[in-house]
Amino acid sequence: MDVGRHPNIRLLAFSELESLEGELGNFDITIRKKARYVDENRCTGCGECAEKCPTTLMDPFNLGFGESKAVYRYFAQGIPSAYTIDAANCRHLQPGKKCGICAKVCQAKAVDYTQKDQIINLNAGAVVVATGYDLFDASRICEYGYGRIEDVITSLELERLLSASGPTGGHLYRPSVLAMKKGLAVLEKRRDRLKKRLDKSTEFTRVRAEHNNKSDFTRFRTENNNKSDKNNSSKSEKKNNDKSEKSAAQILEYEKIAAEYEKIAAEYEKIEAECEKVADKIEKSSHARRIAFIQCVGSRDIRFNRHCSTFCCMHSIKEAMIAIEHDKESEVSVFGMDIRAVGKGFEQYRNRGQKQSGIRFVRSRVAEITQTEDGCPVLWYEETMDRKVKSLTVDLAVLATACQPSRGSEVLAGILGVEINESGYFRSGTLQPQDTTREGVFICGCAKGPADIPESVAQASGAAARAAQALLQQIGQPV
Amino acid sequence: MQFIHPIQEIVRTGVFICHCGSNIAGIVDCRSLTKYCLTLPGVVHATDNLYTCSEAGIRQIMEAIKNNDLNRVVVASCSPRTHQPLFQSACKEAGLNPYLFEMVNIREQCSWVHAKDLEGANKKSRDLVRMGVAKASFLKPMIEIESSLVPAALVIGGGVAGLSAATAMAGMGLRVFLVEKEPQPGGLLNNLYSLASEYQQPCVHHLSEPEYQSSCTLQHFSSEHQSSVRHYIDDLIKQTETNPDITVYTSSQILSVTGYIGNFEFIAKRDIKRDAVQNNIEHVAVQNRSQDIVARNNVIAKADIESYLKENTERIRQKVGCIIVATGAVPYQPDKEFGYNGSTVITQMELERSFLDNTFKSDRVVMIQCVGSRTSGREYCSKICCMTAVKNAMVIKQKKPDSEIHILYRDMQMYGVENEKMLWDARGAGIRFYVYNEKEPPVVENGVVGFYDPLMGEFKQISCDLTVLSTPLTPSKESGCLAKIMKLPVDHDGFFLEAHAKLRPLDFSADGIFVCGSARYPATSMEARAEGLGAASRAASVLFRERLVKSAIVAKIDSETCVMCEDCLKICPFEAITRNPEKMVCQINPILCKGCGCCAAACPSQSVTLAGFEHQQLFAQIRAIN
Ligand SMILES: Cc1cc2nc3c(=O)[nH]c(=O)nc-3n(C[C@H](O)[C@H](O)[C@H](O)COP(=O)(O)OP(=O)(O)OC[C@H]3O[C@@H](n4cnc5c(N)ncnc54)[C@H](O)[C@@H]3O)c2cc1C
Ligand code: SF4
Ligand code: SF4
Ligand code: SF4
Ligand code: SF4
Ligand code: SF4
Repeated sequence: MDVGRHPNIRLLAFSELESLEGELGNFDITIRKKARYVDENRCTGCGECAEKCPTTLMDPFNLGFGESKAVYRYFAQGIPSAYTIDAANCRHLQPGKKCGICAKVCQAKAVDYTQKDQIINLNAGAVVVATGYDLFDASRICEYGYGRIEDVITSLELERLLSASGPTGGHLYRPSVLAMKKGLAVLEKRRDRLKKRLDKSTEFTRVRAEHNNKSDFTRFRTENNNKSDKNNSSKSEKKNNDKSEKSAAQILEYEKIAAEYEKIAAEYEKIEAECEKVADKIEKSSHARRIAFIQCVGSRDIRFNRHCSTFCCMHSIKEAMIAIEHDKESEVSVFGMDIRAVGKGFEQYRNRGQKQSGIRFVRSRVAEITQTEDGCPVLWYEETMDRKVKSLTVDLAVLATACQPSRGSEVLAGILGVEINESGYFRSGTLQPQDTTREGVFICGCAKGPADIPESVAQASGAAARAAQALLQQIGQPV
Repeated sequence: MQFIHPIQEIVRTGVFICHCGSNIAGIVDCRSLTKYCLTLPGVVHATDNLYTCSEAGIRQIMEAIKNNDLNRVVVASCSPRTHQPLFQSACKEAGLNPYLFEMVNIREQCSWVHAKDLEGANKKSRDLVRMGVAKASFLKPMIEIESSLVPAALVIGGGVAGLSAATAMAGMGLRVFLVEKEPQPGGLLNNLYSLASEYQQPCVHHLSEPEYQSSCTLQHFSSEHQSSVRHYIDDLIKQTETNPDITVYTSSQILSVTGYIGNFEFIAKRDIKRDAVQNNIEHVAVQNRSQDIVARNNVIAKADIESYLKENTERIRQKVGCIIVATGAVPYQPDKEFGYNGSTVITQMELERSFLDNTFKSDRVVMIQCVGSRTSGREYCSKICCMTAVKNAMVIKQKKPDSEIHILYRDMQMYGVENEKMLWDARGAGIRFYVYNEKEPPVVENGVVGFYDPLMGEFKQISCDLTVLSTPLTPSKESGCLAKIMKLPVDHDGFFLEAHAKLRPLDFSADGIFVCGSARYPATSMEARAEGLGAASRAASVLFRERLVKSAIVAKIDSETCVMCEDCLKICPFEAITRNPEKMVCQINPILCKGCGCCAAACPSQSVTLAGFEHQQLFAQIRAIN
């Protein structure tokens, strides 16, 4: 937000670097600002469009635990606050389908389906690369069952689950339970629909009862008819005959409907029972109490990344502490080879977690995760400190996934004309940690290698200093 | 309802109620709260927004100010800590004095804490907003306090961190004074034989070979690579000393620092005798160093011996705008732990020394990690000693490929890309690692190290001719003194305490003072350099301004009623209050005052007024409670 309002900063969101020419002090930069199909200057961020959009998708920011629409905002307090249409999923922008609802509902007339990618040319003296990192795709380690076992999740997913503004309002539900809840909601909807129809059936039963009291019914009908047919009484007799024939047919019809209603009633009862069962199951197991954290998932692993991701030990401890804060009875274990609590106050934090919150640290690398019959994850591991192969059944297994060079780093490095190192991160000088292999291009944060927040912040300031120094020296006459 | 402010101004208040998504709106009925606001005295405009702090929300505030001629703005949302500056700047942009803004917290103080009491939360939100609106009516426009600044910086400590900060700032054209207590800058790096950090670069001789080839790894520790530490630090020192914008005071210590951001004044004492003698000795001892360094030492030595003849110490007094603290840390010196004797049982630092002096000759080495760290009394992990142990083990392997090296550890803290790679390669090079339990530490006796190896479930004894203890970096005594002189906070372990551990790692909470390197927390030389550069950038962002502007929310003492009881002086956490013996009153330096309000609460004669929290304003707020 500070960045968004700073007079010396121009923020180009949803944009990609196309090319970089020139040298320190004079770079020509070409940027592709991708079409968002919504005019940033007009959109007020009111959200009407998303409310009315008929296309529902998984929400990428809430990692699939929530839902979003084809016209979306990555997260609520983002800058700019304008919405963006996901062209691949929008009904209007895909051939063949016509929708156009968002354009109709937008009061600010900001929706513009014809918007094109824009090319922006800039000139700058220096470039700072801060493209961060991506997380390892945990499903690549098939023995951990991520994606197969519902209650095996990644740390980032856990963070969203624990977040007060997240999809579960900060309650630590098991994902399997969340799925059950979703299922329950569907069942309940069906149940309610049936209920409505059944309610109609009581009305029907009343009418039918009257009908069964045939004479009354016929009389009632005849009288009614007589009233309406006063002027053509000649036809009335014939009509009466017709009526009785009709009412016979009607009886049959009524019986058919009645049978159908009985079926509905039976189904209703079935679904209601099912609802109760699921609700009961949810009731029993809604909160994750037994939680295991599995460290070095995709890091320090010869098959994937050899490096240590630096921050996962700490965030697992943090998440463990929060989970325990939520529910004092949680039993939390952290499975790691070394616990790398390296940073200011980190070891103390870890000790507090161990002694006060009761986190159990197990020196081990988990070999496999299987499932019990009722769906709980089971960890198989060797506890190296007493040389025994053991198993542990938990409600939730959390994978501390590795920090990896961000996707597209190689392409970006090509465009920038800088080298990347053997781990895939941007190469920096040994003695100039914020410099890349190209003069005037600087680097900071996880683009350079895994780093935690304070280190990234410090490096960012460092890169700024290098850039300022280089530029001011170039100008020759510092201010 | 019209409301007339005492200074005969018609108050036109606009209230903005924030939903914060469902954070507030999930509990507080924002729509009816908004309607309620319109019934409050002076309120002419009220709306609710999904996210007031979003771009759209800000725009709405600015438009409302213009369209409705508002002269007070109240936002009811989250904590003023997070967004008050943002909202104030929006007011300012729309032409309203930012001090006519009031913030009410209905998130932390309402929807979050009373989530389970809907009725209570709604009632409280109405109370809080009513109070805020009442206070807002009495707000006065104020102007920010401006002061001049000296575009120069003081760097205390000449290790990598300090040298990096100094050169970076001088490179931007700023004037820099560097005060180093030793006769030589360079810090700990002066005593190191090689740098682990160099390991990240592929060996030039083996660039084309596939990664992680252990054939190339040991080369990193050969003597040609080793010499580059010396080059590195000498180069940094040379850059510093030859830069006309940097003045280096060696053998110097800070005696006092006064003033505030933009206008500090420091006094340092320089021990010319020590400087001259030491540098002269250095000059003889470092014959084998690169030529220009010798020359440099010559010059210093001559000049200083001359001045030594005149006097022994020199006083330095300079004005600066910012201060960077880079006083580093010192390795813990064991007493008799693990049989430390300085000859067969030594520290990593002493091992590095023996490499430098070429006196290292052992074949069987055991290294013990966490000696004096991660225990009660010194709970922290020093972060660099695992890396140092592996690095030095590799150096030994390189020197003597047949040597046996064992490392006894609790956790191998080889975080990051390069360290983990080095650990990997160390295993490949035949260095043995054993985990030990804190509760059953190894015992060193007559050249035998005994310990319980839980992984094998057996007691092990390794005989060796050298035991190396990996000791942590600890805050130095001098840093402690400096903290007292400058009144800077230190943490539980004695390291300097930054303003915010995550988001402001290089700032002190006192403005204009920054910290970097091992003075903050043990750092590798690369981290220390990055932090040094970072601190330089933080300081430059202050020093490049033409003048400093600070919040008008400061306290003021009424000299008519003050009785000089000094209660305020004692309680002020920012040392902003001084006596004025002539007038027999206390007075507040508005530049140092942070507007915390402690003094106003403490004063028995109610002589202190805190701007923006004046009695009248607070009483209006309190009266609005019921
Ligand atoms: C045995 C050992 C091996 C190491 N190996 C490596 C390695 O391989 N790779 C690596 O990256 N890092 C290594 N390190 C860490 C490295 O030494 C530090 O990261 C680095 O020195 C930190 O730099 P600094 O500038 O913060 O502090 P320092 O180097 O400690 O410098 C601080 C300076 O401030 C001065 N000073 C202190 N107090 C005052 C005062 N009150 N007034 C004036 N001046 C003052 C000191 O005299 C000193 O010159 C090792 C450390 C040790 C102990
Ligand atoms: S920080 Fe911990 S979990 Fe992450 S890779 Fe390193 S050792 Fe593994
Ligand atoms: S202003 Fe505060 S309460 Fe409102 S959306 Fe922003 S963070 Fe949430
Ligand atoms: S870095 Fe290693 S030796 Fe040093 S304190 Fe941490 S764990 Fe112990
Ligand atoms: S308001 Fe706080 S900082 Fe200012 S003088 Fe009073 S006690 Fe000191
Ligand atoms: S507390 Fe009040 S009376 Fe006492 S010295 Fe301070 S301003 Fe004066």
